[in-house]
Parts: sequence; C-alpha cells; structure tokens
Amino acid sequence: MDIPYTTTPREDTGLYNAKVGIWLFLASEVMLFGALFSSYILLRVGADWWPAPRSILNIPIGTFNTAVLIISSVTVVLAWASLKMNQLSKFKLYQGITILCALIFVGVKSVEYTEKWKHYEIWLNDGSNYSGHIDVNGKHNPFFYTHNKLVSEGVTEITFTKDPHKYGDPLPEKAAGGGEAHAAEAHAHESMVIKTEDIKRLSAFVPAHSTYFAIYFTMTGLHALHVIGGALVMFYLWITAGSWFRSRPEQFTNRIEVSGLFWHFVDLVWIFLFPILYLM
Amino acid sequence: MAATTTAKTHEAHEAHHHEHHDPGFWRSYVFSSDHKVIGIQYGITSLAFLFFGFILIALMRWQLAYPGKAIPFVGGLLEAVLGEVAAGGVMSGNLYNSFGAMHGTIMVFLAIVPLAFAAFGNYVVPLQIGAPDMCFPRINMASYQCFFLGGVVMFASFFVPGGAAQAGWTSYSPLATTIPTDGQTYWLIGMVLLITSSLLGAVNFIATIIQLRAPGMTWMRLPWFVWTQFVTAFILLLAFPPLEAAGLMQLVDKVLGTSFFLPTGLMTAGGAALADVSGGGSPLLWQHLFWFLGHPEVYVLILPAMGIVAEVIANNTRKPIWGYRSLVYSVLAVGFISFIVWAHHMYLTGMGTKISTFFQTTTMIISIPSVIILTCLFISLWGGSIRFNTPMLFALSFLPMFGIGGLTGLPLGFNFSDLLLHDTYYVIAHFHYVVAPGTIFALFAGVYFWYPKITGRKMNETLGQIHFWLSLICMNLVFYPMFKQGVSGMNRRMADGGATYLGVDDVGSGELVGTPQAMIDLNVNISHAAWALGLAQLPFIFNFFWSMFAGRRVENDNPWQATTLEWQTPTPPPHGNFDKEPVVYRGPYEYSVPGAKADFIPQNQPDPA
Ligand code: HEM
Ligand SMILES: [Cu+2]
Repeated sequence: MDIPYTTTPREDTGLYNAKVGIWLFLASEVMLFGALFSSYILLRVGADWWPAPRSILNIPIGTFNTAVLIISSVTVVLAWASLKMNQLSKFKLYQGITILCALIFVGVKSVEYTEKWKHYEIWLNDGSNYSGHIDVNGKHNPFFYTHNKLVSEGVTEITFTKDPHKYGDPLPEKAAGGGEAHAAEAHAHESMVIKTEDIKRLSAFVPAHSTYFAIYFTMTGLHALHVIGGALVMFYLWITAGSWFRSRPEQFTNRIEVSGLFWHFVDLVWIFLFPILYLM
Repeated sequence: MAATTTAKTHEAHEAHHHEHHDPGFWRSYVFSSDHKVIGIQYGITSLAFLFFGFILIALMRWQLAYPGKAIPFVGGLLEAVLGEVAAGGVMSGNLYNSFGAMHGTIMVFLAIVPLAFAAFGNYVVPLQIGAPDMCFPRINMASYQCFFLGGVVMFASFFVPGGAAQAGWTSYSPLATTIPTDGQTYWLIGMVLLITSSLLGAVNFIATIIQLRAPGMTWMRLPWFVWTQFVTAFILLLAFPPLEAAGLMQLVDKVLGTSFFLPTGLMTAGGAALADVSGGGSPLLWQHLFWFLGHPEVYVLILPAMGIVAEVIANNTRKPIWGYRSLVYSVLAVGFISFIVWAHHMYLTGMGTKISTFFQTTTMIISIPSVIILTCLFISLWGGSIRFNTPMLFALSFLPMFGIGGLTGLPLGFNFSDLLLHDTYYVIAHFHYVVAPGTIFALFAGVYFWYPKITGRKMNETLGQIHFWLSLICMNLVFYPMFKQGVSGMNRRMADGGATYLGVDDVGSGELVGTPQAMIDLNVNISHAAWALGLAQLPFIFNFFWSMFAGRRVENDNPWQATTLEWQTPTPPPHGNFDKEPVVYRGPYEYSVPGAKADFIPQNQPDPA
C-alpha cells in the first residue's frame, strides 16, 4: 500500500496531505511568535525605561523592507497562479523576483544590524551618559566593545564621538532625562577622550544593551531565519522547477502552494514586527 | 475466523515480500522512514533513557538517606568520571542538583513523552486507523533524528565544565542563568532540539489521523487510543512553541548576556564584573512561558497512557468500553482546558489573588473531564469476564494509582492549601503517583500488550506477574511516605534530605519547630524501596530480551482476539502494513456482541449479510 492523498485531495477533508501539514506547522509558528509578542508586551509594560524607537531605528529603511516583503507576497501568488495556468517561464520569473526580494530584505537587515553593533552608549561614573561612536587604540568604529572587554585588553582610554541627537530620545515628561538630552544635543559631534576607569558601563546596541534591543534582535533575528529558510526552499524549487513540473505538474504546483503559504506567514509576522519595533 | 484469513494473507505476503529488493541494513534499521521502525527506535531509546533517569535518582536516594557518606560500589567510578563534584565518592550538593535537574528532564522529555507518544503512537496509530504509514515518513525520520541528537546533547552536558544543568527540570531564571555551568547552555540547546522533534512528530500525527483513516474509519469509530494521541499531538503542537521561545530567550540571556529573565539590580550588587548586564527583565515571564507548556505537558504524559489502558481493558474484559462518546468529548475537553490552568504552579509567586482565583477555578474545572475518563474506565470493568494477564494487571492498577495522584492534585489546585504544600515532597508524591505507577504502569501494559504484534512472540507471563506485583508494592512504598514528609513541610530540593531544617524544641512553647526526625528517617525506608523497585525491573529487562528469541510464538496474527485493525495485519506488519486497503465496518470495541459467533468482531469484518 502506498500513502494516499500526497497530491490529490482527500474527499471529506478537501485537502492533500502537505496542505494539512503546513497549516498545522503554521499554527505552531503562530504560538512561537505569539509567545514572543506576549513577552514583548509583558517586558515593555514592566520596564522602567523604554526607548522611543524613532530615535534608534531608521524608519524609511524599515518601510522600504516592509514594501519589499509585500511585493514578494504578491509575486509568490503570481508564481503559483502561473503554474496553474501552465506557464512555466512566467513562474520562473515571479519565483525569481520573490527570491530576490528575500535577498534584498536580508541584505538590508544585515546593514541595519551591523550599524547597531558599532554604535555605542556609554555611562560614566559621574552619572552622565551619551550615545555615539568610539575609537579604541586607533581602531575606528570597532564592534562589540564593553567595559569588561576594555579592561581585559588593558585599554586605558578611548575616544568617544557623541551623536548629534542622543539615542533613546527621552520623552519630555521625564524631567531629568529631558534636560540631559538637550545638553547632549548641544555638544553634538564633539569628540572626547574618556578614561576606562571613568566608565561605568559601555555597550554597543547589541542584545545585551537593554531589554528593547534584546527583544528587537531576538524577534527580528528569528524572523530573518525564517526568511532565509523560506528563500532556500523556494530557491530549491526554482532550480528544480523544469523537470519536476514537466513530470509531475500537480505535485509541483502543490509544493509551490505550500511554500507560498509559509512565505505569507513570514510576511505577516513582519507586518506585526515593523510597527511594534520601529514605530511604537 | 478472521484470524485464519489474515494468517493466510500473511503467508501470501511472505512470498510477495521476497520480490522486493532488500533496502540494506542502514536503510532498514537506522535511517528508516517506516513508522514501525521509527516507533521501535523511539521505544528502545526512551526505555534506555528511562533506565538512565532511574540510575540518577537511585544515586540521589543514597545521598538523601545517608547524607555525606560515600556511595558504595559506584562512588569511586563517579569520582573518576565526573571529578571533584564526586570527591571521595560522596555526592556533593552541586552534583545532587545536576542529577536532580537531569532526572526530571530526562524522565519527562526523553523517556515518558517519547515512549508514550512517539513510540506507541508511531507504531500503533497508523495501524489502528488502517494507514500504510505516516503522512510524511521522511519528516518522521527527521523527528527521531532531532530527538536522538537532543538526547546526545543532554547526555554530553554531564561532562562539560561545571557539569549538567542544576536548576531543576523547570530551569527557573535567574537561578538557571546565573549558575556558572555550561551545562545549562547544553540543556537549552538540547531542549530546542527535543521541541523541534516533537513538533515534527505532532504535525505528522495530526495530519495522519485526519488524512489517512481507512475507508469507513469515521471519527467515532476511532479506537480511543487514537483520540488520545490526536489530542496529545495538538497539545504538543501548540504548547511547546512558547517553551521554545522561552528557551531561545534564556539561551540569549546565557550566551549573549541579555536580561530577558534577569530583574534590575540583581547582579550589580555582586561586583563590577557583572555590571554589563542591563537588567529590566522578568523572572515571572519565564515561569509563565515554562508552565504554559509545563502543565499541558502533564497531559501529554497522561493521555496516551489512558489510551493504552482503555485498549487493554476493552480487550481483557471482553466488553465494549463504557461511555465511548463521553471519553471522546472528555479527552477533547481536557485538551482545551489544559491550556488555561498553567499558573496553578505559581501561586506562591505573588502574582495576585485575582489571577490565582482564575487559575484555581480552571484547575477545578479540568478535574471534571479527568474524573469522567477515570469513571468510564472503572465502569467498563463492571460485569466483564476479566482476563488477569500481565498487561491487564498493569492497566487495572493504573486506575487507583492515577486516582490517588489526581485526587491529591486537588489540594494543590486550591490556592489556600497549595501555599503550604508547594515545593514540598507532597508535590513530588502527587505527580509521581500520576506518572510512575500511573503512566509508567500503563506503558508497561502497552509493552506487554503489543509485544506479540511487534516480535511475533509473547512475553513470559510468570516473569510479567512477578514484575507487576513487585513494582506495585515498591512504587507505593516509595511514594506514599512522601505525602507524609511533604505535609510535615519537607522541602523537595534539599541535598541533605531535610536535615538542615531538623526540628528543635521551641523554648517558649515547648513545641517542635522544623521537620520531625521521624520524617527525615523515612528517607531511609524510601531509598530502600526505590532500590528494590530497581531490582523489580530485572525480570522485565530479562523478559524483554529473552522473549524475543525464546518467548512463546503467537499462534496467529491476533493472539489477544482483539477487534482493532493493528491485529488484522501480518505479524510483524510489513512495509506498507496492509496487503490491501482495509475497509472498516464497525466501531472499535465490538466485544461479546449478542448473537455473534465469536466474542469479538474485528473492525474490518463486514456485516454478515
Ligand atoms: C486532575 C487533577 C490534577 C490537579 C488538580 C493537579 C494539580 C497540580 C498542582 C496545583 C500542582 C502544583 C503544585 C505546586 O507546585 O505547588 C501540580 C504539580 C504537578 N502535577 Fe498535577 N494535577 C493534576 C493531575 C496531574 C496529572 C494528570 C499529571 C501528569 C501526568 C500531573 C503532573 C504534575 C507534575 C509533574 C507536577 C509538578 C511540577 C513541578 O513542580 O515540578 N498532575 N499538580
Ligand atoms: Cu499543572
């Protein structure tokens, strides 16, 4: 006996096996991201301090990436529809565009990430704190420095270049923070030499910086892994399309439908991630 | 009669089988995608982990009974393998904590769940619904491989610097994050692999049950075991991902130094070295995410066991299960409600009386369908001509043992009484009654029951009965005294068996304050009973291997005269299971139907026209 309903739908459920499988898988994915979204809410509600993301993340870039994913979710449907209409070359085109969109998205995201990893916040023992870029031992804009790392490398002083607009942009309601921000703005682009012993804490905008960045990197990182995974599968289907579609058109079209469903889910997650991390 | 026909088709099949080309050793036994082979792989691996988990606790019981004394026989070996934590053959506090955390983790995630769900489910479910295999055989294989890898990672964590995870199977942060061992990182990676494995399995089970039921196998004709597996798969599918998310977050905390679960101000008091931690996280968040899985997980532990018990009881009372529909609706209800009771594990965290009240209410509500299930199974015995064979004995004893476990859960479910009982040996006794003489006995029943289908031979009955009676007695000697210890306030995680809190006479009132010596002395009795319980498994282990070669051959494909489809196949079922697609004509438990020739009518037997 062979396994039935691998390509043709079962009568009473109206579905072929892989479609049931992908919907179930997506249900579990909803729970996975749902848990992260809930954690975001809980952590944010309980936080003493939450930055205004506007001053940290680049909204135009985020919007661009959102548009890229939305375009890809249109082309992924067009690709499937082309197969339904038996137009393999059109399929190739649309699937190609979808994969390209995925690559653009991941590329932009990695630029965003690396920018953050060499952008710093510093807290000094005298209570002041700034955001900006650092030079360590002549290295310009190095990655991932912390106070501990400075100490363990025996660095005695660093050069710190303040941002024109202090990161985090403390909201005016916070009286103490507001004053500081204005002071920081006044000293924009000013470089200063800071002794390691005067530093209380130094952190790039990496996950360990604060709860905001922790959840930002965890959620977008996990999402990016999904984008990469989806792109790999779609790429595999793209290069095997010709022979597969000619020998088993129905099965191949099903595969495209299933991978498309997954891709829509990935897009949908981003539609939620973008506002909560960039805008709110 | 049906049996002889299947025996004939069996012969026909053997002839047919030789025409297939042999897929070779690796493809047949190691990288097989056949659900039966995968079921057996899961079964053997999880039985091995069950044994390993028991060894851990057997060693810990020595430390509890005789704190600070060198462990006889194996103390030297422990020191040689694990080093300083077992210096002089004595179990240090750190080693005790490692063993404790890993005992729980291994028993839950590497022994019981894979045995109850993955092993029995894989082997039996496709057969019972008349399917040739699982929906996605290769995903099924990947599921086992993830599981195996997860097991290897967990096992390896014993040998990394600092030893295995030490913060309990619940891995509460901040403790789990701040204990200086890489073992916790291994634990988290292991968990991510195990969760991935069970997700792949769950998708497969549900899709298979929805899509691959044989013609005529309507939902209400499914053996109840299939229903329990179906609900279990849904629980795994939806409850595990939040733990995966939590695991990833704790992993990030541990590896990248974030503070998801570390509150502000926790670390800075420790010194400058810790100042790079941002704080601002929430330890409660971990507990919520953990128990969001953790509680549904206990139903993952129990539902398949109940399913096995129902199959064995129906077969050995020669009667239909009483209240099949109630059982189906109850198991569905349990599945749903199990998602909204989790915080009854957190009454003592001070999450607020309103929230406590909510979860106390849902906890009481969920006991209703659980009690319905148990009651149906009890009533099924009424008026049956019971065959007291080994599987049936295990299944029968499941009922009162699970009953004790469930009933003692009620005082834990009420906020006011749980505040006293939380984190005491009472909790240990409660859940071990459900899982050890409960689930594990049901699993034994399943092994004895389906063994003939898998091997073509029965396990030895005398050895089976010895195994059963000794296990039943020892289990109760182990876990019953723990209720007493718990009620007297003994904490569940003390490496010295509670000696720290040994009672002293209060000068003012003259009353005893602390744990009475008599309760601490019980540790010795319990430990002896636990080791005896270990010895009581020797007949089983011997029987298990010996019967493969020397057990009595089954006289036909259906040695228990059972109705469900797995018995209507050749023995053992070939690749593809059925020679031709079975057609189902009736419900799963048509035993002793008035007017019928035999006292059982297989599901695939047409009505005599
Ligand atoms: C149906 C009635 C049940 C009720 C009302 C109930 C209630 C509870 C409660 C309130 C706790 C938390 C105790 C505490 O930590 O203070 C608990 C612990 C536990 N229960 Fe149950 N339970 C029931 C059935 C089960 C079943 C069927 C299982 C598993 C097969 C189970 C397994 C566990 C486990 C493993 C723990 C301990 C978790 C830990 O702290 O390590 N329970 N139960
Ligand atoms: Cu619970």
